Amino acid sequence: MSRVLIVCFDRADSLAAIGFGQASGKPFDILQLTQSAAEGTGAEKIYSLGLPTFPPADYLANALSDFAKEYTWIAGVSNMRSKDVLARLAGKLDCAMVTDVLSIESEDTFTRPIVAGAIIATVQVHATPVVLTFRTSGFKAQPTDKASEVIEHKFDWQGVTKRLSENSRGGGRPDLAQAKVVVSGGRPLKDTETFEKVIGGLADKLGGAVGATRAAVDSGIAANELQVGQTGKIVAPDLYIAAGISGSTQHMAGIKDSKVIVAINTDPDAPIFDVADYGLVQDLFEAVPELTDKL
Amino acid sequence: MKILVTVKRVVDPYAKVKPLADGSGIDTTGVKFDINPFDEIAVEEAVRQKEKNADIEIVAVSIGPAECEEQLRKALAMGADKAIHVETNDPLDSSVVAAELAEIVKQEEPRVIFMGKQATDNDHNQAGQILAAKLDWPQATFASNIEFDGDRVNVTRETDTGEETLSMPLPAIITTDLRLNEPRYIALPGIIKARSKPLEKQERKTDVQPKTTVLKLELPPERPAGRKVESVDELISALKDRGVIE
Ligand SMILES: Cc1cc2nc3c(=O)[nH]c(=O)nc-3n(C[C@H](O)[C@H](O)[C@H](O)COP(=O)(O)OP(=O)(O)OC[C@H]3O[C@@H](n4cnc5c(N)ncnc54)[C@H](O)[C@@H]3O)c2cc1C
Ligand SMILES: Nc1ncnc2c1ncn2[C@@H]1O[C@H](COP(=O)(O)O)[C@@H](O)[C@H]1O
Repeated sequence: MSRVLIVCFDRADSLAAIGFGQASGKPFDILQLTQSAAEGTGAEKIYSLGLPTFPPADYLANALSDFAKEYTWIAGVSNMRSKDVLARLAGKLDCAMVTDVLSIESEDTFTRPIVAGAIIATVQVHATPVVLTFRTSGFKAQPTDKASEVIEHKFDWQGVTKRLSENSRGGGRPDLAQAKVVVSGGRPLKDTETFEKVIGGLADKLGGAVGATRAAVDSGIAANELQVGQTGKIVAPDLYIAAGISGSTQHMAGIKDSKVIVAINTDPDAPIFDVADYGLVQDLFEAVPELTDKL
Repeated sequence: MKILVTVKRVVDPYAKVKPLADGSGIDTTGVKFDINPFDEIAVEEAVRQKEKNADIEIVAVSIGPAECEEQLRKALAMGADKAIHVETNDPLDSSVVAAELAEIVKQEEPRVIFMGKQATDNDHNQAGQILAAKLDWPQATFASNIEFDGDRVNVTRETDTGEETLSMPLPAIITTDLRLNEPRYIALPGIIKARSKPLEKQERKTDVQPKTTVLKLELPPERPAGRKVESVDELISALKDRGVIE
């Protein structure tokens, strides 16, 4: 009987797991590493570890390789932690891995974006188990009322990596990958204070998350974990506001699944206007504060 | 100490690419190729470590068709000491790459391997982790700072929410992220000088087959064209009409 294991690093992952679990058309279990799983995931079993923080990849992949090998698919939300751990798990299980699954086409066939989302590839795997990471935008679903059996689980941890320090930012704003509204800024934002005041100000007014381009991150204007795009985070909010962003392929790769895209840019020919639902050709230092005021 | 650095030849990340009409591959007519940007960061990092510690020897390795030599020459020009080209036209996925690299590791016995976090053509983000699992070496992916400390290495790495610092015993695998460094510009004389550095050709040493096959490539669905608005007020009313703000 084929069966899916969804590895959830925190509660947000377990919420995102609902859609994938349902789309799989298979019975699925959740392995919940930290926090507790959300209600109504529809999972048959939830193996809950209750860890204060998740251990480095070598520990996790070692523990998972025994636990997960009976499953047909072992999946996780596409983010940095799952790519770190699950790819190592695929190596340990010597099995196929498909990163960034957009859709499930059949038992062994999936679609995924390549070259910064410029192309969609249909990929077939040749054996099970398969390790997958999935883009949440393709797998939206409502919580179900099906109850799950919650099992307290413990691993016998083995690994050699030591974590010396950990620094989580976040600062009270919603998580970029889950947020309903994302306001992002690019290179013209000058410095951290200006970025925080202008972009952060509008985001807070809308109860949204803050994002940035690589140019903004590289020049130290915005923190690294705010980078949106091919090599940063993938977002899919209802509303994406891009201020002072040219619209490079790499940036667009991270925002294409947004419902409504707004671009504010002084250059009427900026490529971002080709994909924006609403484009405003105006200086962001006038337009964004005005927008913040009037909302 | 020997550092092995992996170098993949990829389509120019700034080029606009599309699938071939029959969906069987990427249309590369008129498209340049380059060293994968994250691998360029990996080579740069190895060279910077060598600048701090003259005992370091840097070996660059690439797996793929004859043209990969160009990218290996670039790595040599940046400061790698030797290059190994596993020449093959076989289809490769990250697990085949990892299997071949594991053979190179047996042969070269590096203390540490620097790889890119992901190849910007297939965007897999797998090979480093798979190789680390195969070798049973610790790994630090998404590195933004690397410091050797005796027989250990401390790596600061990007996480979904910030950063963390890991300490790993050597040998270990490290994959690079954007903030690690900015690769140097290589002037032409550097590339010419690199012609005298050793570049070894090898055959594949395993018969590992890809675990995945790409059936077809397509363009993504296009977003319907939007419109320009004249003012903030017009923007606000449009967004209200769409129901995305109140
Ligand atoms: C391998 C690789 C991976 C990459 N990954 C990513 C990624 O994940 N995410 C990402 O974002 N980038 C990524 N990039 C970088 C990407 O190619 C672009 O360089 C970057 O997105 C540009 O950022 P930007 O739009 O802020 O800057 P720019 O391209 O410089 O654009 C700034 C824009 O601001 C406008 N402007 C200037 N002043 C004002 C003003 N006062 N008011 C309004 N508008 C103004 C300008 O007209 C311009 O259009 C990657 C690149 C590579 C090679
Ligand atoms: N054909 C190859 N030759 C050398 N290195 C490779 C090759 N393919 C992948 N790599 C390395 O593995 C990293 C991750 O690749 P991938 O798993 O394909 O995203 C790349 O950044 C390279 O450092």
